[in-house]
Amino acid sequence: MAKITLSKLRHSYLSTPKSDSDYALKEIDLDWTDGGAYALLGPSGCGKSTLLNIISGLLVPSEGKILFDGKDVTALPPDQRNIAQVFQFPVIYDTMTVYDNLAFPLRNRGRDEATVHQRVMAIAEMLEVTEMLEQKAAGLSPDNKQKISMGRGLVREDVNVVMFDEPLTVIDPHLKWKLRSKLKELHQRVKATMIYVTHDQTEALTFADQVVVMQLGEVVQIGTPVELFERPAHTFVGHFIGSPGMNILPCELQHGAAVFAGQQIMLEGPIQGAAEGQTEIGIRPEFVSLAGHGLPATVTKVSDIGRHTVVECEAGGCRINAVTEGAAPEKGSAVHLAFRQDMTRLYVDGWLATAPANATGEQGAA
Amino acid sequence: MQKRSIVPIVYILFLMLPIYWLVAMSFKTTNEILSGFSLFPQTFTLDNYKTIFTDPSWYWGYINSILYVSINTVISIAVALPAAYAFSRYRFLGDKQLFFWLLTNRMAPAAVFALPFFQLYSAVELFDTHLAVALAHCLFNIPLAVWILEGFMGGVPKELDETAFVDGYSFPRFFATIFVPSIKAGVGVAAFFCFMFSWVELLLAKTLTAVAAKPIAATMTKTASSAGYELGLLAAAGTLTIIPGAIVIWFVRNYIAKGFAMGRV
Amino acid sequence: MKTENQKAWFFVLPVLALVAFNALIPMMTVVNYSVQETFGDNVFFWQGLDWFQQILRSDRFHAALGRQFMFTFLILIIEVPLGIAIALSMPRKGFWVPVCLVLMALPMLIPWNVVGAMWNIFTLPDIGLLGYFLNHVLGISYDMTQDPVAAWVTIVTMDVWHWTSLVVLLAYAGLVSIPDAYYQAAKIDGASNWAVFRFIQLPKMKTVLTIAILLRFMDSFNIYTEPFVLTGGGPGNSTTLLSIDLVKIALGQFDLGPAAAMSLIYFAITLLVSWLFYTLMTKDDLN
Repeated sequence: MAKITLSKLRHSYLSTPKSDSDYALKEIDLDWTDGGAYALLGPSGCGKSTLLNIISGLLVPSEGKILFDGKDVTALPPDQRNIAQVFQFPVIYDTMTVYDNLAFPLRNRGRDEATVHQRVMAIAEMLEVTEMLEQKAAGLSPDNKQKISMGRGLVREDVNVVMFDEPLTVIDPHLKWKLRSKLKELHQRVKATMIYVTHDQTEALTFADQVVVMQLGEVVQIGTPVELFERPAHTFVGHFIGSPGMNILPCELQHGAAVFAGQQIMLEGPIQGAAEGQTEIGIRPEFVSLAGHGLPATVTKVSDIGRHTVVECEAGGCRINAVTEGAAPEKGSAVHLAFRQDMTRLYVDGWLATAPANATGEQGAA
Repeated sequence: MQKRSIVPIVYILFLMLPIYWLVAMSFKTTNEILSGFSLFPQTFTLDNYKTIFTDPSWYWGYINSILYVSINTVISIAVALPAAYAFSRYRFLGDKQLFFWLLTNRMAPAAVFALPFFQLYSAVELFDTHLAVALAHCLFNIPLAVWILEGFMGGVPKELDETAFVDGYSFPRFFATIFVPSIKAGVGVAAFFCFMFSWVELLLAKTLTAVAAKPIAATMTKTASSAGYELGLLAAAGTLTIIPGAIVIWFVRNYIAKGFAMGRV
Repeated sequence: MKTENQKAWFFVLPVLALVAFNALIPMMTVVNYSVQETFGDNVFFWQGLDWFQQILRSDRFHAALGRQFMFTFLILIIEVPLGIAIALSMPRKGFWVPVCLVLMALPMLIPWNVVGAMWNIFTLPDIGLLGYFLNHVLGISYDMTQDPVAAWVTIVTMDVWHWTSLVVLLAYAGLVSIPDAYYQAAKIDGASNWAVFRFIQLPKMKTVLTIAILLRFMDSFNIYTEPFVLTGGGPGNSTTLLSIDLVKIALGQFDLGPAAAMSLIYFAITLLVSWLFYTLMTKDDLN
């Protein structure tokens, strides 16, 4: 097990990248602490699989270094890095039994049969596949196949990191949560560093202690699920995480205050930096409420999502969602929206530009 | 270039050598051929080709071959399409046995059928017609076409059929305007194989024809008998038989590998 | 899932009619001949199973059958491993793939007697490219019209030239259908090249290889035109394969009864061996 450091990592699939946009990964500096459960979250094409393949050694980065416990492994092939990877589609060796599948990585490394047997039995017990050890792997169901391919990663004791590349894609919905909690349980038992790549926020937020959000080859934010939800560092994170995503409202700055649709909106705290460029207000629907006063708006759509109601409103040419409980207004009715001040952020060119202040409380538009 | 690409390169060279020799010979005069070994044509001549293109008994051979091959391809695909659909979508009495029986017809040595075919097609008065050869070649081409098409159709979700019927399509209209276009790669591959096996087969084609529908490959045997052994002419005729196949395969180049993988055992 | 529908028979009917017309009527003719004797003028005498006994006991048949098995055995033992090896070394994608495939498929598209004629020209001792090269550059005495060994080497080489590409194309089709993840997982598991071949590539190619072996068996076992044009069965009877012998008896000597009986025995052997191959190669799947 090891701490993994990515230093000034850049990668392009072109042989002579010219501009920034030729890079699938743009300058990444990251530390993954030993034993952590990480999720790498982002839409398809954001570079997360590229990053994963660079860590596992299937790809050699164009620039930068990968260190395992301070040791440079950038040039090492996958089998010498002591890593394990679980792929989107279960990879199993069809002609072998489940036992032989699990034993395969150990036998390839010349371990004696006694050790192999002991490890295989331990892992099989952990994964609850002991009774199928003698079966041919080809006949298993997709979720069991995926368990076996996880098992092949975990069977080696010295594995530095286990990586999961969207491992639940082909699993039936009702088995997904089962396998996911199995994973979480495994992480607590084996204490290996785990990196879980996904574009599904639920999977990422339930599995990981730390979530790394990527967009267009860049890391936009690293944080706990709560941090990502409450203080998105970038409008992309605000929008990508949460359902519905954060309300992003273009605004003007007048004398250090944000003005949207002619109304001044109170922000959580002072604005940091020069605040030049495109400015936007960000607030989660969960912190928008219908009030007697505040920003005037028209209700355009009301949808019941179970415990809550999402009220879609229109104000100043923008759509604003509010999550409310209790009776919802009629479609077409005029309402006033109140923003919770400590949850109202300002973004400049997409990036968070306000710092938290001590002031709390609900405040409408003045 | 990787080191291992040497293997396909050497293999392709091995494949091309006899073909090169055939083509080279076709540009040589008979005198040059018989007078000794020369790697390239010394006195380059097009006379052999001129003979073929001006003598009706030669060029009609080509026309005959292309005619019966085309007829065969059309018949094979036309009857194989509905049958393949039945095998891929429905269970019916004796379906597996029928499928297997169809395939066994590929195993019958053509030599076994030569004489009975001659008698059969003489009896139905089709002897020495293009249709006779086209029908006879159905024996091995239809099973193959059914096999390939069934593989491709298996890859089309059944929901497509159901949606179309719900939308009010009649079966023939659905089949012609939706289903067949969705497996056109498969139709291309199946047509290619029908063309290929009909084009290369000679024993039955020769047995079932005399003059009017005589295939080019059979015409070639006359170089040995009538005008002595005219190697140049033989080579030119042989070279010309390679061209239709080469053209057809170029059109389906991106599908051949896939077409093979689709077949099931 | 397939639905039960007896009307599907109507869809199969045209196929059934055409194939039955071509298969059953000639087959009945053959069966008819095989149990009768004729001295011409369409006068037939009941002969029972005599022809079958005669064929099965004849040394000539045994010899031809032996040569046929020898030929097919050599073809399979050479073409299958060679085809797999070539498919493994081909690029997986890129500009050269269609070019390779088209060039490789070319021999299969040449009419079979042209293949024979082409190899005849190619191997003529003094004026053929190969014949000249062997005799005059390497100094190996080579003339397949005189030497049975040379004749055998030539017909086997010709068939390797003609049909190895079929195995290559099939094996290649199996190989490109393997997702990259399998190779990546194998790398991570520390598998050797041999293990990758044995546990990933070979199992994934199994279906297509079964087809390849079956097709190569059937076609090489039934081969007629190419060796007939190339060697005419000679020198002597050294390359008289089963079908060449059959045509000699049927059309050369016009012994229709024995020829018909031989046809049926021949067909039965082909079916039996194909079935054996098929059962052996798919027996794992049934468990």
